Amino acid sequence: MPSKKVNSIKGFQHAVMLIFAVAMALIQPGTAAGALTIEITQGEKSGIPIAAVPFRWHGTGNPPANLRGIVAADLHRSGRFELLPPADFLSRPSEVSEVRYKDWRLIKAEALVVGRITEKGPDRFEVSFQLLDVYRERVKVALRYTASADQLRQVAHQISDRIFYEMTGIKGAFDTRIAYVTMNITEENDRVYQLMIADSDGHNSQQILKTTNLPVLSPAWSPNGQWLAYVSFSDNRSGANVWLQDISTGSRRPVARFDGSASAPAWSPDGKSLALTVSAKGNTDIYVLGVSSGEMRRVTKHPAIDTEPAWSPDGRYLVFTSDRNGRPHIYRVSRNGGKAERLTREGKENAGASYDPIGNRLVLVTNRGQGAGYQIGVFYPESGRTDVLTDGTLDESPTFSPNGAMILYATRMGSEGVLAAVSADGRVRQVLKLTDGDVREPAWAASR
Amino acid sequence: MQRFWTILMVLFLGVTLAGCAASKKKGGTVEVEDATIGGSGAEVITDASASAVGSDDATAGEIITIDQDDADMDDPLGQRVVYFDFDSSNLTPEAQRVVEAHAQYLSNNPGMAVVLEGHADERGTREYNLALGERRANAVSEIFQAMGVAPDAIRTISYGEERPISMGQDESAWSLNRRVEILY
Repeated sequence: MPSKKVNSIKGFQHAVMLIFAVAMALIQPGTAAGALTIEITQGEKSGIPIAAVPFRWHGTGNPPANLRGIVAADLHRSGRFELLPPADFLSRPSEVSEVRYKDWRLIKAEALVVGRITEKGPDRFEVSFQLLDVYRERVKVALRYTASADQLRQVAHQISDRIFYEMTGIKGAFDTRIAYVTMNITEENDRVYQLMIADSDGHNSQQILKTTNLPVLSPAWSPNGQWLAYVSFSDNRSGANVWLQDISTGSRRPVARFDGSASAPAWSPDGKSLALTVSAKGNTDIYVLGVSSGEMRRVTKHPAIDTEPAWSPDGRYLVFTSDRNGRPHIYRVSRNGGKAERLTREGKENAGASYDPIGNRLVLVTNRGQGAGYQIGVFYPESGRTDVLTDGTLDESPTFSPNGAMILYATRMGSEGVLAAVSADGRVRQVLKLTDGDVREPAWAASR
Repeated sequence: MQRFWTILMVLFLGVTLAGCAASKKKGGTVEVEDATIGGSGAEVITDASASAVGSDDATAGEIITIDQDDADMDDPLGQRVVYFDFDSSNLTPEAQRVVEAHAQYLSNNPGMAVVLEGHADERGTREYNLALGERRANAVSEIFQAMGVAPDAIRTISYGEERPISMGQDESAWSLNRRVEILY
């Protein structure tokens, strides 16, 4: 369950500064340089109006974290809430006994979040929060947590998850992790790749792999969040291979040795198998590998390119990209092989598809033709319809949040790669600027 | 208009894999220089001894500019890179001429090893482009083998869109990146 992170004091101070930077960025988008900034590029004021009061601090010195800021940023990013500005608040309660509901009806808040942080001992804090229904004048949730300073961000995300669930009926996905790849070109013209993991809001980022001039791509989380599979190269003589890395120990190994190359790993929902693209003699096909048995089974056999396998949530099917009819499109095949069925027919090209957690929708990269370039789309296999959600020209690598409400993807700002998020209905879109380098290949973990 | 071709070749021919030691850190204090970097289980792989072909002390990734007014324009062996159309692994007549010349040379010089590096432009997904680069390298490999180059002497490798020659985002840049490099 929740992995406890070890941070130095210096790292912690830096984290506090980052929290401050986020708070500032939310007030004035795009002003904080270097740190994470979130820029809402498209959105509507149509979410649930919610008031989150700054958590009251009972302790010495400064509060160890801005919990209200983290919760507000989470809810805002989801696109389903309108966060009312604290400057409009008529009072600052920290628990239900202090709440005058009419203060909140006046500013048209439907829901109210109050809380406090209490210093209980050295590096030990108690956090309590309540979510209140302003119109019914009742407590919807009241929870208490005990945590160390470096666990407080996670506590804030768990509070966000609970609020999100109570207000929308959908499980929250804030207390989750993402992986991504950064690439920087040094003065010596070397390309330095870093495989990173971070909280879903981009904070607490950790480098788990660094390579020089050996590309890293296609990270994929195991369902239990313990392993990352990814594509890299062991040297400049061998082709791409799929690697498995244990997140907690850092130990890693290639999944198998291939005559040609292997890429595009995708974990089966039970975590026992990996679907892969294997290339032998220039032809790429889909295989399924038993992770512990090492047994390989071929799923497709076609002279065309077959790649980018992704599992259906029930584990029975694989979708994949193939150019067997000319341009790349999405096909579906039983995990045991057999005849593949073409799914996408609209658009000039479709690629890189993956299912939402329910299995009703696929997120993919679509090219609608006429020089439109590549955008993120949501495809409905039942109707054959595709909703295009973004307007970049080189958008790629879409990944659903574990609750299916958000999609994280890679896009360009100028010539630089950045991550962006869009709500699955396309209403809210934002850019997450994580570092100064080129950021790409996001993957959202199914569990923490 | 002066006919002036410039070919930019970035050659990465690293040999050794230096420093593969995983720095595992469990418990206790972790030296974190920056809160955004570090943590447990970071592994550093450095391809430190890369060198470029055709240059004694070049560093990895150096851009070598070949002015073809100086190189022999008519000698296809002077060209080590062949280019492809978008999403295609078919050789143009010009590319065919270059590939056949190298195939001829290599089949006359058995014992030489050749690496065929396939690349793609940035359009389309990274994984699809990895497969496309593979298919381009293989298209060249098939001609080599048909012309008598021993299969054992040929190694194909795809970098997809990961090692562009030109960082631009227009057709002139993309056309330089859709390529197979013939390295021996």
